[in-house]
Amino acid sequence: MTMMTQANPATAGRTRPINMAILAMGGEGGGVLSDWIVALSEHNGWFAQSTSVPGVAQRTGATVYYVELFPREDSPNPRYPVLSTMPTPGEVDVVVASELMEAGRAIQRGFCTPDRSVLIASTSRTYAMPERTAMGDGRIDSQEIIDAALGASKSFWRGDFARIADETGSVISAVLFGAIAASGTLPFTREQFEEAIRSGGKGVESSLRAFSEGFRVAAASQRPVVELSLGSRPAEVEEAIAAELAHTAEVDLAIVNPAALVGSKIASQAERISAFPAASRHMLVNGIKRTAEYQDVRYADEYLDRVASITAFEIDPDGDARLTTETARFTALWMTYEDTIRVAFHKTRARRFDRVGKEARVNDEQMMQVREYLHPQVEEITDTLPTGLGRWVLNSKAANKVIHRVTHKGIKLQTTSVWGYTMLYTMARCRPIRRRSLRFGLEQARIDTWLTTVREYAATNYALACEIVECQQLVKGYGETHARGMHSFNEIMRVLPAVSNRSDAAQQVALLRQAALADEHGKQLAAMITGLTG
Amino acid sequence: MAERSFATEVKALRIGEGQEFHGEGILAVTKGLLQSGVSYVGGYQGAPISHLMDVLGDAQEILDELDIYFENSASEATAGAMLGASVHYPLRGAITFKSTVGFNVASDALANLSSGGVRGGALVIIGEDYGEGSSIMQERTHAFAMKSQMWLLDPRPNLTAIVDMVEKGFELSEASNTPVILELRLRSCHLHGSFIAKDNKRPKMTIKEAVENPERDLSRIVLPPMNFAHEQEKLTKRWPAAVEFIKENKLNEYLPGEGQDIGIILQGGLFNNVNRALELLGLSDIYGESKIPLYIMNVTYPVIDDEVVEFCKGKRAVLLVEEGQPDYIEQNIQAVLRRNDATVKLHGKDVLPVAGEYTPAAVTKGVLAFMQKYAPESLEGVELPVLALPADDPRYPLAPRIATDLVQGRPPGFCTGCPERPIFAALTLAQREVGEHYVSADIGCHLFSINAPFNIGATTMGYGLGSAAASALNGSGAMKRPIAVMGDGGFWHNGLTSGVGNAVFNENDQLLVIVDNAYSAATGGQDVLSSAADNPIRSTKHPIEAAVRGIGVKWARTATNTYKVDEMRDLFKEALTSDDAGPKVIIAQSECTLNRMRREKPAMAKAAKEGKRVVRERFGVDPETCTGDHSCIRISGCPSLTIADNPDPMRTDPIAQVISSCVGCGLCGENAHAAALCPSFYQTQIITNPSRWDRTKLAVRRWYIGMLQRGIERRLTGIEPAAS
Repeated sequence: MTMMTQANPATAGRTRPINMAILAMGGEGGGVLSDWIVALSEHNGWFAQSTSVPGVAQRTGATVYYVELFPREDSPNPRYPVLSTMPTPGEVDVVVASELMEAGRAIQRGFCTPDRSVLIASTSRTYAMPERTAMGDGRIDSQEIIDAALGASKSFWRGDFARIADETGSVISAVLFGAIAASGTLPFTREQFEEAIRSGGKGVESSLRAFSEGFRVAAASQRPVVELSLGSRPAEVEEAIAAELAHTAEVDLAIVNPAALVGSKIASQAERISAFPAASRHMLVNGIKRTAEYQDVRYADEYLDRVASITAFEIDPDGDARLTTETARFTALWMTYEDTIRVAFHKTRARRFDRVGKEARVNDEQMMQVREYLHPQVEEITDTLPTGLGRWVLNSKAANKVIHRVTHKGIKLQTTSVWGYTMLYTMARCRPIRRRSLRFGLEQARIDTWLTTVREYAATNYALACEIVECQQLVKGYGETHARGMHSFNEIMRVLPAVSNRSDAAQQVALLRQAALADEHGKQLAAMITGLTG
Repeated sequence: MAERSFATEVKALRIGEGQEFHGEGILAVTKGLLQSGVSYVGGYQGAPISHLMDVLGDAQEILDELDIYFENSASEATAGAMLGASVHYPLRGAITFKSTVGFNVASDALANLSSGGVRGGALVIIGEDYGEGSSIMQERTHAFAMKSQMWLLDPRPNLTAIVDMVEKGFELSEASNTPVILELRLRSCHLHGSFIAKDNKRPKMTIKEAVENPERDLSRIVLPPMNFAHEQEKLTKRWPAAVEFIKENKLNEYLPGEGQDIGIILQGGLFNNVNRALELLGLSDIYGESKIPLYIMNVTYPVIDDEVVEFCKGKRAVLLVEEGQPDYIEQNIQAVLRRNDATVKLHGKDVLPVAGEYTPAAVTKGVLAFMQKYAPESLEGVELPVLALPADDPRYPLAPRIATDLVQGRPPGFCTGCPERPIFAALTLAQREVGEHYVSADIGCHLFSINAPFNIGATTMGYGLGSAAASALNGSGAMKRPIAVMGDGGFWHNGLTSGVGNAVFNENDQLLVIVDNAYSAATGGQDVLSSAADNPIRSTKHPIEAAVRGIGVKWARTATNTYKVDEMRDLFKEALTSDDAGPKVIIAQSECTLNRMRREKPAMAKAAKEGKRVVRERFGVDPETCTGDHSCIRISGCPSLTIADNPDPMRTDPIAQVISSCVGCGLCGENAHAAALCPSFYQTQIITNPSRWDRTKLAVRRWYIGMLQRGIERRLTGIEPAAS
């Protein structure tokens, strides 16, 4: 052991310990990681002191493990170093974060600094509560953290370590351990790292696999970009680049030959797309496929007619064509509103069965059963019935009672059983009668009213028209969620005449939309409307 | 069974004289107790010393061999009173708990103990829950030491010093007939390090010998007139004896430095942080060879007047590094210096933060200010740490390098599959129907309801006091009743009498929800009276409902499956609208999932390996039907229910997604049902080693469903381009 410390230039004349902070979330194995580091150090002639903040911080909350390492003196009675129990901002040599926002926290707390810190972090995200509970997209931008991390560290060793843990059937601590080894910031060899895992004794094989992948991916993250095309790249980078290229190719193809992106059934609809602004064509291709799949080919034509009625007001046909593109998006979404037929259709498709099996990692020797948690409301049932019948059921107390009795506690339906599948399949096959249903008539009228409103303002205030189009994003979901969104949408449409006279009308509508998404009870929206209309 | 097993680690407790012990602080303390010949140990779990109780539990075999009695006390008061065994007998006893909250509870017993004094060494080992990671009000145990006159040890945070103080603590206690507090700071409890061990010692007197030979000394009983004599004795006999012992055994340390006319006085527990500060300023080294004279108070109460005066002699100025407030030691030393006409200038909280943790960063800045004032020349040529730069310097470590909104708070919350989550989901849904109610919360995992997404709970007045804290908000013709929450841990700690008994006696109308997850879960899964598990050394399975009925509650319901959200919601509605008088008690019972998984996962893996039929469950969300509203997350917050990119090329809002950490608790589905959310949730059952009947069903289904699915795809041809 002492031989080693002598041989190692990292220890010679060393006066300060290696300071190492590990930022993780409770239950993520930060403790295991610091235990490995301690074992690694002690087995190789170093003193190690690790501390953590115990207690409730370990229940999913952010927590910091702190380790200091110092070489043992080469003497029979080595002196004990005095090691700190807490990291000091500006003095941390190695910062490890199991998640990207935690890397951000390390920067914010001054643990990760540009002049000293080697940062080893997973680029994976475990979303914080506000990001998850937002009614729309509340996520922060990962790239912004990565940029900040590059600026705030000496070097930044990164990769999607959570994914590697998942793929190797291990835990993220093993992957991070590999990444630490790759960074070369600790004076130990790869073999010594691996030995620490082996002597730990638990899940050694999968941990070593995860370690090795972590090592490889972290090392690859340091190669300059120009080299990327040469050596091996991490799988996720390969995939991301491939997906990006495929997407760009598809968007380009939609511009020059939209028909190439669809089947023969809707080829003539695709031909029509060439008449629309280039920037909107890819969206329109998706739109005709979506509407045709949802209902029928005629529906795709109706969809294009609707978008065409707005394109006349497009003032930026050679540029982003925002009005057309967003109308193409939101008209398609509204026309393919969520009803029981659509749900049943998606739940019975073969590709869904495949996806569920993959997600649950079902192998050939195992068997999979899927149970749906359905809770159809009376309205959702009447929605799909032919208009007359639907209206009768909706108004009939007796029918209401029967439906309530069957559905009020919800239905659990086993889709993988013959009976359950038949039920859903039959529902999905009701597609042709959807055109005659109560809801269909209602939604078509709503769509037309909305687009009429858009046209009303489009000639005089293009930006406002775009904002009105985008208000459709409020209308989504099922049951209460749908009712709440519809209410918010209607409220905004109600105050539109009053708002439209303002010079900042478009901005106000955008703010109204934000307010509608701010809380579930519509409090902010109501307050803002009161403020606007007095 | 506790969350963490120390079965392997406790083997190290057997090592003997001269061997090097590697391990955590709490293990080291246990080893210290064994080396001291302790006769009995008790305590109450709570971070940061929960694991000390767990270690002792797992070390039962070793304790038995040495004839040491160990008890999981019902509360800190019980533990404190337990030390009564050392009043008349020369028994060494130790108790442990979280402080200051544990001390609050124990102080009645400990005040009585301190009055009469002890014959056998009595050691109170406290985990000082102060600073980052703490979950309680920020106060100092120091106040208790002063008010009851107990000596307070605050050793340097290294295992050698801590173990040494365990042994010396007993001796000091016996030499001065005074109970002694050993303070372990939050991080010291989980500090991994090493020290040279000694042999374990059997107690000089065992519990058996004591019980069989009763002793009684009237002068030690806290009753008039002895109580008045005790007060005199504390100051005239016990205090001088303690000072004598502390001086003679050099419990406080003096490092001469380079003999300057300045110096630093510090609490022992802060030594490493102070040394790091000095190191960063070029005034010490890694081995603690400070250039500045240091007086290290490993005993922070009492202050040894002579030592302080001696240290300050000939010095122009001294810096006192004392963490926490009020600044008891600073006041004390000021008085000592004044009484002795010392001219030295004492600095403390004028250059250091007046409140909050003394991190190396805080101490570095304080020491720097002190040195710049009195010995700027000693800093010459030293490359100061970046921390010493002005805050607007771009090299300053806390210079803004990341936009603040990119880093959001991540407070602790319910674990994946926690059975307490559905309780608050159901309460949320019930309140949507019967209106918002005042909710008094308690201490325990259930307190996480206070954070998003539930935002339930207005106050937390102390462990087991959830019900009592709602007692004033009673009736008076109100159309609503308050809701109180309590955990099983708090219930048995004191809630049964302070809350339930109180509510019965005062005819309180409240709804009390007792969360019964079969363990004291927040502190690490220790068993309690109502635990459902068999515990070889404790008596369990005493139902909470029987206890509340026994104390007079008429309206009591036990819900045995909290995951039935609709039933829980209806039960809440019923309790909130019931016309029955007196407290309404709902015992919401489901086992802590962490503990359940720890038990079931290996069993399932074993069964699967043996070829037995095993069913694993998890949940999922269909991306095609999820519209990204996240209502489901807003009534759950489960870490396994998160968001992901929307695979739909036309939608931008992220969809909900169940990740592979899902344990299949079923809450997603139940919530979707109870709140009529959306049809996207499904449960997947994965059957390993399917039976013959399973296989037959599978074959039929494959044929039937496959046929229909091919039909669906056939009808869709012509929409997607033909595969090339």
